[in-house]
Amino acid sequence: MPEAPAKPSPAPKVNRIGLEKKVYEGSESTLCSGCGHDSITAHIISAYYDLGVDPYRVAKFSGIGCSSKTPAYFIARTHGFNGVHGRMPSVATGALVANRTMHGIGISGDGDTASIGLGQFCHLIRRNIPLVYIIEDNGVYGLTKGQFSATADLGTKMKGGKVNEYSPIDCCALAIELGCGFVARSFSGDHKQMPAILKAAFSHKGTAVIDVISPCITFNNHEGSTKNYQAARDNDIPLHEIGYTPYFAPITVDYPEGSTIEVTLHDGSKLALKKLARDYNPTERMQALTVIEEGHRQGKYMTGILFIDPKKQDFQTLEGLPEEPLVSLTQDQVRPGREALEQVMEELR
Amino acid sequence: METTTTAPQPKAATMSARKPIVNDFSIQIATVNGSGSQTSNMVLMRTIFQMGVPVSGKNLFPSNIQGLPTWFTIRVNKDGYVGRKKEIDFMIIMNSETAEEDFLTTEPGGAILINDMIKVKSTRADVTVYSVPFAKIAAECCPEAKLRKLVVNMIYVGVMVYLLDLDLSESEKALSKQLKGKAKAVELNKAAIRAGFEYAKTNLPKMDPYRVERMNKTQGKILIEGNAAAALGACFAGCTIFAWYPITPSSSVGDAMTDYCKRFRHDKKTGKPTYSIIQAEDELSAIGMTLGAGWAGARAMTSTSGPGISLMAEFVGLGYYAEIPAAIWDVQRIGPSTGLPTRTGQQDITFALNLSHGDKRHPLLLPGSVGECFEFAQAMFDLAERAQTVVFVLSDLDIGMNIWMSDPFVYPEKPYDRGKVLSKAELEKIGKFERYRDVDGDAIPYRTLPGTEHPLAAYFTRGTGHTEKATYSERPDDFVRNMDRLSRKWETIKKLVPAPVVDPVAGAKIGIIAFGSTDQSIRECRDQLAREGNLETSYLRLRAFPFNEEVKQFCMAYDRVYVVEQNRDGQMYDQLCLELRGDCGRLRTVRHYNGFPIDARYITDRIKEQEAGKPYVPMSSIAARSARKDRESD
Repeated sequence: MPEAPAKPSPAPKVNRIGLEKKVYEGSESTLCSGCGHDSITAHIISAYYDLGVDPYRVAKFSGIGCSSKTPAYFIARTHGFNGVHGRMPSVATGALVANRTMHGIGISGDGDTASIGLGQFCHLIRRNIPLVYIIEDNGVYGLTKGQFSATADLGTKMKGGKVNEYSPIDCCALAIELGCGFVARSFSGDHKQMPAILKAAFSHKGTAVIDVISPCITFNNHEGSTKNYQAARDNDIPLHEIGYTPYFAPITVDYPEGSTIEVTLHDGSKLALKKLARDYNPTERMQALTVIEEGHRQGKYMTGILFIDPKKQDFQTLEGLPEEPLVSLTQDQVRPGREALEQVMEELR
Repeated sequence: METTTTAPQPKAATMSARKPIVNDFSIQIATVNGSGSQTSNMVLMRTIFQMGVPVSGKNLFPSNIQGLPTWFTIRVNKDGYVGRKKEIDFMIIMNSETAEEDFLTTEPGGAILINDMIKVKSTRADVTVYSVPFAKIAAECCPEAKLRKLVVNMIYVGVMVYLLDLDLSESEKALSKQLKGKAKAVELNKAAIRAGFEYAKTNLPKMDPYRVERMNKTQGKILIEGNAAAALGACFAGCTIFAWYPITPSSSVGDAMTDYCKRFRHDKKTGKPTYSIIQAEDELSAIGMTLGAGWAGARAMTSTSGPGISLMAEFVGLGYYAEIPAAIWDVQRIGPSTGLPTRTGQQDITFALNLSHGDKRHPLLLPGSVGECFEFAQAMFDLAERAQTVVFVLSDLDIGMNIWMSDPFVYPEKPYDRGKVLSKAELEKIGKFERYRDVDGDAIPYRTLPGTEHPLAAYFTRGTGHTEKATYSERPDDFVRNMDRLSRKWETIKKLVPAPVVDPVAGAKIGIIAFGSTDQSIRECRDQLAREGNLETSYLRLRAFPFNEEVKQFCMAYDRVYVVEQNRDGQMYDQLCLELRGDCGRLRTVRHYNGFPIDARYITDRIKEQEAGKPYVPMSSIAARSARKDRESD
């Protein structure tokens, strides 16, 4: 009796550039079990896979801290640079200006960004370096065992019982104030909103700041902390539903209150925002700042894309840099000729 | 009044009968900064230069923008000794604030040109004084009242052209060159020079001995400051990322870089810039950008001074440990802390070579001329990329911001050394890659650049302990193996850095070791020692750290070796002691650290004293006053 022909094993699922999801994974996390950062990492992996981003075009950056360890946990075949505390922006700037074809993603924490890194954070935004800048914000220096961070809310209680009495630095409000062209806030446990925000950020051409509240299991997920899972779930207000449609599907745009704003992003892909809040316009800076301020007053997190300005030109464009990356230029392309030197010598004789 | 000075006491009547002193004197111009005196100073200097006589121009300027005293010293020397000379033969006094001191510090037998509106209380019989009505002359040659202030200084150029017997047409040529053909300004200033010249010709009988006679010792040479030479060098060396934060005295490197790149660094097809100059918000950011760019595969550099180096310490340690190419051009100034931002020295040696915590060492390049500033720009990048490490170039304010003569720079033929970088094709072929594995035995691993499209290419760069594969490790054996390989890399670097320049003299019993801007004064000192003390010396000029074997060999060949440097603590002397270990007893030290460029006479005197058995004494104990002040204390 002839054997039945063997069933062909199902072809592995691949994205539009033919890569499996596992290509976008990195090494195993050494973070505490249940850490919010690991959820963010999972969303990053999904977002890159879904969008079909070429891993070879990605460059990963981080500072120092628990969050800064995470670039090792996604896309193993991508170069990464884990630098020094608070100074990721300068390294990313140098690298991305040297090679403007790289898609930069930087992972930082609230200490790395809002304390030691505050200066470089501001100047990165000011220059509008095209970097997806994710702040994995747990309101506490997790790695150095439980000191308060500059983003810790007023009234938060630490594990030892001490209460924070200083005003927090709101990285999103600060970013908007500095003119950042993409500012969003989410929560690591929001499995619907995070991937959509990430994909929108990956397509933004300029600095994209995403402040992700990511509760620290060990030091901050206790009663009294305003950044723990329960607090976030209780107070989370989604600003609007976000649907992200890849480049090849058309979207209609309609601005008036209560309907959709379509924003065309730089690479041609489109982002649909549905307004839930009355009068909310993510392209209006003052509105965004007001919404954040109102949120603070109510003790709630405004999540979603708070502000977006897709027309803002990035540093490399403003500088008029060539399309070909500077790192690829050959000696012939960069070394001036003899006449040039002779010209200068003649001027100095 | 009888004195014990060696200079004669000329009386007014016999002044003009004095033997002429030709092509061997110094001129110091005392003005106020921000008054446009720099243009006039340069025109005067250029005029002498164009007449074929070796010159140098040194700025002594305050840490200020406008209104404070500033001096410019032109040394004229037929033998080519253009290092600083302490004595001022011809003083031009245009600033009342310092007039008294300027008047008194002029050398006996010297000459003074003074603005007649400035009243000086002291009197001297041993100098020639030319008092000139600058304001009146300005009013006559410059009809527009508000422009008179700008031409006042140019009038002294005209006066000096007459007094020193300079060629008026050369001064006009120099003026055109200096004002880059701006017709209106040239006309106005030309009138001022002529007015000064005519006034002097009519009213000032030549009473001083100083004259310039045409020679041909500057044929084909150029005049340039070291910072501009460095920027030109970097431009030609293919620097693609220049990240910087302004700091005196290195800011003109960034300014010159901007100018030269704008002129010469555009893609032939697209016209777009082939570089990016990023003004960082501080030095931490500047070095961060430089390292990020170097990591990505660019030839990246920053320029700074001492206080900036302090800020860069943490990142430099990361660059060393993670083995990332980066270049730091340090234009040294003096003092711990803010110190004296506008004074020169060689005080960052120990700091730069050791920068950062933990065990590490960095190579230093030590340019000794503007020509080497140009050359070492490429050498710096070649070394940084070959050795995959942070390289310092230690220049200083004297080289960087003063005007030096030089042979024209030679077009760089040497191809860029981009170091050990594996491409996609090479990865395909080799089939293996481990970022920190020593495969060739030179302790330098291979690296790959971000964007290399091969699954083996990527690795994680980190400042934490790592394995050969660049994975995270806290294991003691991984750490020790890595650190020891970095030590072996240092041995490789010894073979890559520029060798010293040695001038051995047969029969010499003593040697001199120096580096950087001391070179000009060392040459003059050796001549002085030979003439005055019958003391022949051999000379080794260091051009880099680490030292190669030649340095030890040189030291071992002499009974005593004088290490001459411009810092208080004998920083290079210490490094040489470490190099010689038990044989360091033959080393002697000469240290100059008051912020002025070291002069030959200082070195000569210190060597003579120590050869006569006197011990080394710190600078403040040395009576380094002018002959005039010595007379006062007698």
